[in-house]
Order: sequence, then C-alpha cells, then structure tokens
Amino acid sequence: MGSPFEYAPAPESRAVVDIAPAYGLFIDGEFTEAAGGKVFKTVSPATEEVLSEVAHGSAEDVDRAVGAARKAFEKWSALPGAERAKYLFRIARIIQERSRELAVLETLDNGKPIRETRDTDLPLVAAHFFYYAGWADKLDHAGFGADPRPLGVAGQVIPWNFPLLMLAWKIAPALATGNTVVLKPAETTPLSALFFADICRQAGLPKGVVNIVTGDGSTGAALVSHPGIDKVAFTGSTAVGKAIARGIAGTDKRVTLELGGKGANIVFDDAPVDQAVEGIVTGIFFNQGQVCCAGSRLLVQESVHEEVLDSLKRRLSTLRVGDPLDKNTDLGAINSAEQLARITALAETGEAEGAERWSPECELPSSGYWFAPTLFTNVTQAHTIARDEIFGPVLSVLTFRTPEEAVAKANNTQYGLSAGIWTEKGSRILAVASRLRAGVVWANTFNKFDPTSPFGGYKESGYGREGGRHGLEAYLAPSSPEGEH
Amino acid sequence: MPTITPAFADVAASDGALRRFLHGLPGVDAVGLEARAASLGTRSIKTTAKAYAIDLAISMIDLTTLEGADTPGKVRALAAKAQHPDPTDRTTPATAAVCVYPDMAPTAVAALAGSTVKVASVATAFPAGRASLAVKLADTRDAVAAGADEIDMVIDRGAFLAGHYLKVYEEIRAVKEAAGAARLKVIFETGELSTYDNIRRASWLGMLAGADFIKTSTGKVGVNATPANTLLMLEAVRDFRAQTGVQVGVKPAGGIRTSKDAVKFLVLVNETAGADWLDSHWFRFGASSLLNDLLMQRQKLSTGRYSGPDYVTVD
Repeated sequence: MGSPFEYAPAPESRAVVDIAPAYGLFIDGEFTEAAGGKVFKTVSPATEEVLSEVAHGSAEDVDRAVGAARKAFEKWSALPGAERAKYLFRIARIIQERSRELAVLETLDNGKPIRETRDTDLPLVAAHFFYYAGWADKLDHAGFGADPRPLGVAGQVIPWNFPLLMLAWKIAPALATGNTVVLKPAETTPLSALFFADICRQAGLPKGVVNIVTGDGSTGAALVSHPGIDKVAFTGSTAVGKAIARGIAGTDKRVTLELGGKGANIVFDDAPVDQAVEGIVTGIFFNQGQVCCAGSRLLVQESVHEEVLDSLKRRLSTLRVGDPLDKNTDLGAINSAEQLARITALAETGEAEGAERWSPECELPSSGYWFAPTLFTNVTQAHTIARDEIFGPVLSVLTFRTPEEAVAKANNTQYGLSAGIWTEKGSRILAVASRLRAGVVWANTFNKFDPTSPFGGYKESGYGREGGRHGLEAYLAPSSPEGEH
Repeated sequence: MPTITPAFADVAASDGALRRFLHGLPGVDAVGLEARAASLGTRSIKTTAKAYAIDLAISMIDLTTLEGADTPGKVRALAAKAQHPDPTDRTTPATAAVCVYPDMAPTAVAALAGSTVKVASVATAFPAGRASLAVKLADTRDAVAAGADEIDMVIDRGAFLAGHYLKVYEEIRAVKEAAGAARLKVIFETGELSTYDNIRRASWLGMLAGADFIKTSTGKVGVNATPANTLLMLEAVRDFRAQTGVQVGVKPAGGIRTSKDAVKFLVLVNETAGADWLDSHWFRFGASSLLNDLLMQRQKLSTGRYSGPDYVTVD
C-alpha cells in the first residue's frame, strides 16, 4: 500500500497463558498418561515452535474414558436440570474470566488471529454454555415430549478450525440434557480442550462427566466405534463422516455429522456493494477460509461483476497477513503443513484448469504455514476449485445473469451447508432463500453465529442440527412407553 | 466556476434526473456499515504509529469556537493556540485552521496573519440554514471579504428531506460561486438526514455541486460525527475520485474528543479512502477539546509520563 501510516507491531502478550511442557489425558477427573505412554507434539503453525507434548490416547484409553463417563452418567443424569445448569453457568463464567488466556492459547495452537479468538471464538464459547445452561431445567417444554431422557455417553470428535468453539457446541448441549461425554480434540489443536478440562475441575464438575482423550484419527476411530457409547457427534471432513456413518450402521448409536461445504455467496446487482465486499471478505477469509460454512464460491451478477471485483481487489490489498498474535492481523497462519499442501495443490489445479489467479501483494513470514489471500476469476461450475472444498483462503468467482441461474448454480454442489444473499430487495431475499438447499442462509451478512440458531447441512454436508432448541434433539430420547434407554 | 466532470454532466439537468441518479446509487446496509466501522475501531495503534497519528491529527484540526458568547479575546486565544498548540514543545505541529462565525473572521484573520493556519468561517445561516438564498450568499460574501480561506456552509436539510435535490444542488453551486477562491466545506448535518442512504446521496450531491470538502455536522445537534457516517463519506470521496478524477476532502465534526477516537478516524481514512487522504488538505477534524487530549498524549509519548490538564493551555 505504501501508506505513511504504518501500524507498529501490537502483539498480545503471551505471558497470560502458561502452557505446560506435557499434558496427559483427562479421564475421570484426573490427568493421566496414555496407556502405551505414547505422546505427540503440538506446534504453533505460525512459527513451527513446539508448544507442548500431549498424550496419544489408544483404544485402551478410550475404553477407560468411556467407562468413566458411563459410571458418571447415572448420577449426572439424575440431577435436577437446575443443578446441571449451575455447573454450566459456572463453566460459562470461568470461560469469560479466563477468556484472554484462552484466546491467546487458541491463537498459538491454531494460528488464527487474536482479533478473531478474542472477538469471535471466546465470546461465542461462553455464550454457548450460557445458552444451554438455560435449557437444562426446561427440557420438558422443549417440544420433545414430557420428561425427555438423555441418551447416555456421547462420543464427540471435533476439528481444528474452531477448537474451543466446536468443543462448546458439542459439550454444552450434551451436558445440559444429562449426557456425559468423551471428547477427542483434533490432533493439531489439543491444547484448548485440555485447558477446558482444567475449567471443569475449577467448576467442580463431577468426575467422569467430561473426559478428554487426545490423539489422532485412530483415537477418534476407537471412540466412535466403542460399543459403550450411545451417541456420536462429529464435525470434520466428509470422507471421515462417511466412514463413521458406515461404521455405526447396524448399531443403535445416534449420530450427527457436520461435514464439508462449498457455500455460495450470491451478490445481486442491487446489493449494498461496500457491505457486500465486506461480506465476501468475511465469508472466505475469516479464519483463513478454514471454515466449513465458508462462502468459497462467489456468485456475482454479470452486470456488476467488474465493479464488485474492482472493489474486492482493492479491499484485499488492505488485508494484513502475519503474526496471529498481533492485534492488527486480519489473516493468520494455515493450521498445518498438511492443510497448506492441500490448499496449494487445489490452487495449482485451478490454474492448470485455466482459471485466472490473483493475490494482492503481500509478504509472507518465512517460517510457519502461510498462504496468501487468493481469488480466481473465469471460474465455471466445471472447475475443480468450484466443486471441491479447499478449506483455505481461496475464493472462486463465478457469474450469473438471472435469479434462476443464481439458484441453480448455488445448489449445483454435493454440499449444502451455507449460502449468502446480497440484495437491498427484501422480497428477493425471501424468494431466493426459500429455494436454496443450504442449512444456513445469511442475508446481507455472512459467517454470523449465535447459540440460539441451529446449524447444520444438507447432502454431503451432513445431518442433524447443532445450536438452538434443535441442538437439544441430538442428545435426547423422547419419552416413550418403553421407558429408559 | 469549475464545471462538473463530463461523466456526470447531465445528472443535474433536472430535478428528476438528479433524483434518479441519487436514488440509483448503491444502498447502504446499516448493520454491515457499522460492523465494518467497529471492526476498524479495534486496530491497535502503538508507539511510532501512535506518534505519527497524533501529530497528523493535530495538523488536521479545525480548532473551532462557534458560540453566541464568542469574543475577540476568545478568538485571539484560539488563534494563538492553533499556531503553537504546545508552548513547551515547538515541534508540535500547528492546527489546520481556526473555525469561527463570520463576524469573528476579521479578528481571526488578523491574529493568524503570516501563519500557516487557515481561517475557516461558517456561513449560510449556520447552523440551521433557515434563511433565504440571498441572505446565505450575503453571509458567504461577508466571510470571504473578511479574508476567510475556507467556508463551511450548511445544506438546506428541509429541502433535501422533502426531495428537492435540485434546490439543494443549486444552492451549493451558488455558494461555491460566492465563495470564490475559498475552499468550500459542505455540511450535511448527518444527524438530521438520519439514514445512511441519505448520507450517501447527500455526499454525491455535494460533490457534484462542487464541494471541496464534505462535512458531517455542525456540532449543534444530538448525533454528530460517528465512525460509521465518516466511513460512509470516505467511501463516497474514494468512489467519486475513481469515477471523476476529482479528489474531495472529508471533515467529521462534533463529538470527537479523545486521541483514541481521533486515531480510530485516521484508521478509517487509511483503510478506506487511502493514504492520499492522510493530509490536512484532504481530511480535517472539526473539534475543540480534542486538541488538548492529543497534546497530553503527545507529552506522554515524549516523556513517558502522563502530565495532566494543568500542563496544557486552557483557552
């Protein structure tokens, strides 16, 4: 940009968080080593610095954790809802009190900017616990029959893109409804879940109600296939989701899957252009585009294509890429070398298939995993980058002529998680939204989350809903003559 | 008299044409605009960047007194302060201008003779603007004759809200002509226009009519400059220059009292209109108490200690 107004570095202090050199598994209220003594390292994606060594849970550890959760279930589910709510309220307040620490921790382990962990992740995490705490004593009135029952032990596997927020989405409704949980955080981002374990102890949560087993895909597989769990909740890739669905077929486990997406962000010619450009940026560059509901396909009406693209390029050249702990950073690091390789390969495919690649001038740090914000023009529905989920800061720009064409193109995907509509015309918002096969449709905004709002997908984006009253259903069995589960 | 760029030559051919043009501008989503302004408000400006921003902000102030109780003494004190804001530190930049009522313009001109500080005079029956065009033009000529370098006019909000855009346009053109060589700042009183769509339309209307600056407010109503309305006006000048090649300045006025706020506005300028506007020729703050807060922050940066209100001058 060459502005004389150069922002000096404004790093958030790391001193607020104390990361131990090693962490065990959190089972039955205690931190313990993995049965085989195996460990793995977790690194800061921004610098590749090793942050800590974490226990690698085996099938044996999973079994122990499920046993602890089963034992705890009896008393926990028998507590009056109002008593369970007290624990959840306490957890929510502790999260608020420790939010600076947790935000810094999450930024270190995940690579996302402190601006996002501080202003988005942590407030939403606390809000989720507050929200479901409020439901705990009102389940009779949630619309699932009188006296709905918890399922039992929930096995939950979460991704690395919003480590603590996905934990909250999973644990808060499970606990509010009287279930106990075994949660497996992602291999590259285990730390915030382990800090959450400490918060559970701080809140005096009974032993075994929440168990955290760290590890890799094999640990997750051991958890979801364990015969002692009653419910599987998974957020992650479509491939793994399909494997889980196959694995539990024939069992009586309940399952919710929140998988990939290829969200269409539709900009009509009567859109509020400046705000639409902000929404496009938020849609694909929030969390480096590592968001399952990202607006990774921009569908822009041909009559305003040039104007929108010019504005978008100008805006992208103001994005600040770099140290995630700097309070002025807009775009942080990619979470892992593996993910960076995938993004790089897909972007190369885009070029090879003839799409036009553009990135603003930006200097990337020399160590760590980085990818410049990128957009592709001249993209059609036939391009790989318009069909496959990239899960990175890469936007594919397509055009359309009429609302019919916009809807057809938006729906022409194997996924169905999110979509955005930009127009000043309210009637058009309603007409288009009702025809989009997407679990979440945003109008004149994008990537806005709230615990009261259900979230989930159609098609290969998964099934089940998390959040809101709907989110309770995944953890409740309606009362029935057969009685308890 | 400068004519508007050929691209928009026919825009003001009739009331209908002007209305169609203004109503054809892209709408503004209020939630999105305010979210963007708030997000830019979280930028953390420290050390060297803060020092740069504080000096820049001081140099952009139109140091203002617009009271019924204004006296020549008060205006002279303000003029002295504008030239040397911090008597203990002569490296402190002067403010951009002193802004007064027309009858105080001669006093300000005399007090600022030989300095870099401009004299800005409000005119056109400021702040309400409820007078005949003849009176408004006389008011303007009076200020120019007194030596004002800049004229801060108010638009006829009543006419604007009634949809009489051509009337507003022609009035601005007439005042521009009466102002002659003086730079013309056009005040919309954004708090009275109420909607962001109106602020965008007024911005374009003002620029088409020849405004050198577009300015938010008089400082005399409940809602004055806000980050969101200033951001919107910065988008307007950015887009206007892209389409016409003509650069127009922006002046938020009223309600900006702290250094922290001023720095946030400069971030808006930097990341919206761009570096070309980071200059007192193109961006101003209409403010009075802001200056002392900037001076205290400046002293803190150079000495490492907070001083206090007794270490800056009261005017």
